Amino acid sequence: MAKANRGARVHSAGATPYLYLAPAVALFTLFIAAPIGYTAYLSLRRVQFSGLGLGKKSRTEIFVGLDNYRTAVADGEFWAGWLRVLGYATLVLALMLGLALVFALLLDSARVRLARFSRIAIFLPYAVPGVVATLLWGFLYLPSLSPIHATLRAFGFDNVDLLSPSTVMFSMVNVAIWGGTGFNMLVLYTQLRAIPRDYYEAARIDGAGELAIALRVKVPILAPAIVLTTVFSIIATIQVFTEPMTLRPISNAVSSTWSPLMKVYRDAFVTGDLYSAAATSLVIAAISVVPSLLFMRLVRRQAFGEER
Amino acid sequence: MRTKRLRLVMSAVLVGALAAGCSSGGQEETPQETGPVELTFWTWAPNMDKIAAVWNTAHPDIKVTVSKQAGGDEAAAKFLTAAKAGNAPDLVQAEYQMLPSFVAAEAVADIKGEVAGVRDQFSDGIWNLVTLGTDGVYGLPQDSGPMMFYYRTDLFTKYGIAVPKTWDEYAAAARTVHAKDKTVYLGGFSSKDPGWFAGLSQQAGGQWWSITGEAWKVGINDGPTKKVADFWGGLAKDGVIDTQAPWTPEWNAALNGGKIMSWASAVWAPGVLSSNAPDGKGKWAIAPLPQWSAGENYSGFWGGSSIAIAEGSKHKQAAAQFASWLNTDAKALDLLIKEAAIYPAAKSGQALMTTAPEYFANQADFWQQATNIAGTARGFTFGPNVNVAYSAYKDAFDKALQNKSSFTDALGAMHDATVADMKKSGFTLAS
Repeated sequence: MAKANRGARVHSAGATPYLYLAPAVALFTLFIAAPIGYTAYLSLRRVQFSGLGLGKKSRTEIFVGLDNYRTAVADGEFWAGWLRVLGYATLVLALMLGLALVFALLLDSARVRLARFSRIAIFLPYAVPGVVATLLWGFLYLPSLSPIHATLRAFGFDNVDLLSPSTVMFSMVNVAIWGGTGFNMLVLYTQLRAIPRDYYEAARIDGAGELAIALRVKVPILAPAIVLTTVFSIIATIQVFTEPMTLRPISNAVSSTWSPLMKVYRDAFVTGDLYSAAATSLVIAAISVVPSLLFMRLVRRQAFGEER
Repeated sequence: MRTKRLRLVMSAVLVGALAAGCSSGGQEETPQETGPVELTFWTWAPNMDKIAAVWNTAHPDIKVTVSKQAGGDEAAAKFLTAAKAGNAPDLVQAEYQMLPSFVAAEAVADIKGEVAGVRDQFSDGIWNLVTLGTDGVYGLPQDSGPMMFYYRTDLFTKYGIAVPKTWDEYAAAARTVHAKDKTVYLGGFSSKDPGWFAGLSQQAGGQWWSITGEAWKVGINDGPTKKVADFWGGLAKDGVIDTQAPWTPEWNAALNGGKIMSWASAVWAPGVLSSNAPDGKGKWAIAPLPQWSAGENYSGFWGGSSIAIAEGSKHKQAAAQFASWLNTDAKALDLLIKEAAIYPAAKSGQALMTTAPEYFANQADFWQQATNIAGTARGFTFGPNVNVAYSAYKDAFDKALQNKSSFTDALGAMHDATVADMKKSGFTLAS
């Protein structure tokens, strides 16, 4: 009896795992695979009007092959948007991750005071939703009521326009750094706390100071976490949308196609062309994957000690 | 055996619960064949739920539920998306310029048969906005936005300028004011408000879209509109008008603090002024817009909306009944004015406007003036891709302001983008 029972259990294990998997698979299909499939389907189609387009049956949906893709990649404004995002992403990545690392190392060093307060103060902006943060900063960028401009004027900088074509990108970078540094700092800091204290002791015995410990011990151990935050940040900055979109109404320097994602938004929800928007968004997805993969490949060996 | 069954049962329960959790949100309400007809109504007019409640009490057989929406471009996109997905509301507030794109998307119904009795309630210019110059009727006019000139009486006296009768006088006054005080502007040019520019172009006689036979004619860069663009371009280049983005705290402060002395706006401006520039109460007055030639008397429309009925609605007859009541019944119009602060499109509604807005308490004949000006507003036909044209306006004129470049070129870019989009979509264009 016991034997038979055991045999049945081994045999029946076939169905149970799938049953457990089912929710995840169902959710994945429903909310990720199906929408992507539908986007791909839409991207191959277009609405065609005839005549005035006002009567019945003057509107048909037609198959256009790769036309939408051709239009998407042939649009100069799309690539100009990428260029802007590239500049933006470079600045954000360098400054935000640099600051996050410095803050994490400072908080971890033995001598710092008010560590708990500083940690929360640096992290708190991350809890502010992006739209709110950008509105907040946006209003600070407007001259007549802003303490920023009052300060600039006190130092003799009159008529500084923080929303002009030459400055608006830095204004956005500032919002992104303000909002994102805390999160990245926390990831790195958590990793730092997990490092056994004996390492430091050993380093000190060998005569290393705080700075040498930070650079020679902590940073190398942190490498996987730094890679992780970098990849996440690359993806997030490539998809920049909230900051330019929210600053657009208050600045004359942010076009409706400032970033590639804004172009998708405009096509889909302002000019009502879901089909082009679908094609452009798939192109963006393909492009976004590239830098993340490249970066991973570049650092895989150093960071994770994996063999090729 | 027991554990195995338990395990199976538990995982089945888990899956079931998850599936139930997923489906409960998406349940469709099946239309009831018996009992009252249920109608949903998307609108951004304030207090519309109170007005619908009055209707619901009087008409137990047709129950209207109001769903408050945000206005603007997104409202139109949201409705089009809902219509495409097959769950549009029965009734929707549609800005006049958006109606043609709703019709082209087959999202709103032709209700000519259902609203036959109400034609006489509306002026020809307004009615044209809901027929689009065709035989159909695609909505009922709710409110309109005839444009007029709002100005600060005290500041006009202070700077020694008269209310400009022509745009030439306006330009001269703009230079005078700015020469006297570099921080003060007579008025502003907005690259964020294509509807404002459209209204001024209507006044000048521009016809951005027109129908000839079975073809569209696009005239965004026609003579009258070019004249308007050049006029503002010249003032912007010389820096004698304000070119900051409006509707910001900065702009509110300028309006409130008397740094902007006048505003070519529409009949709904008192609401904006009273909330954004509270300190100006009793100091503002209205006059007709400056004219392009002395002796003329024209205006244009900025804003205004209609109530349309979704093509997908299962109760078009009932919805049309409510829309007719809302926009022509004396009691409903009174409610629209008092509760929703709307300037009704119906002639009988305009006659009900007697007490000047509190903000304009100094100008007792505010509504008589407004009604006179409304009568001078020129008509306009909106095309099927106003959204594209308006989006192009913002980009092109933003750029022109930044680079201090030609407004004529910006207008050309807007025209070209609009035509290219219509060509691509397959509309027949008159050559």
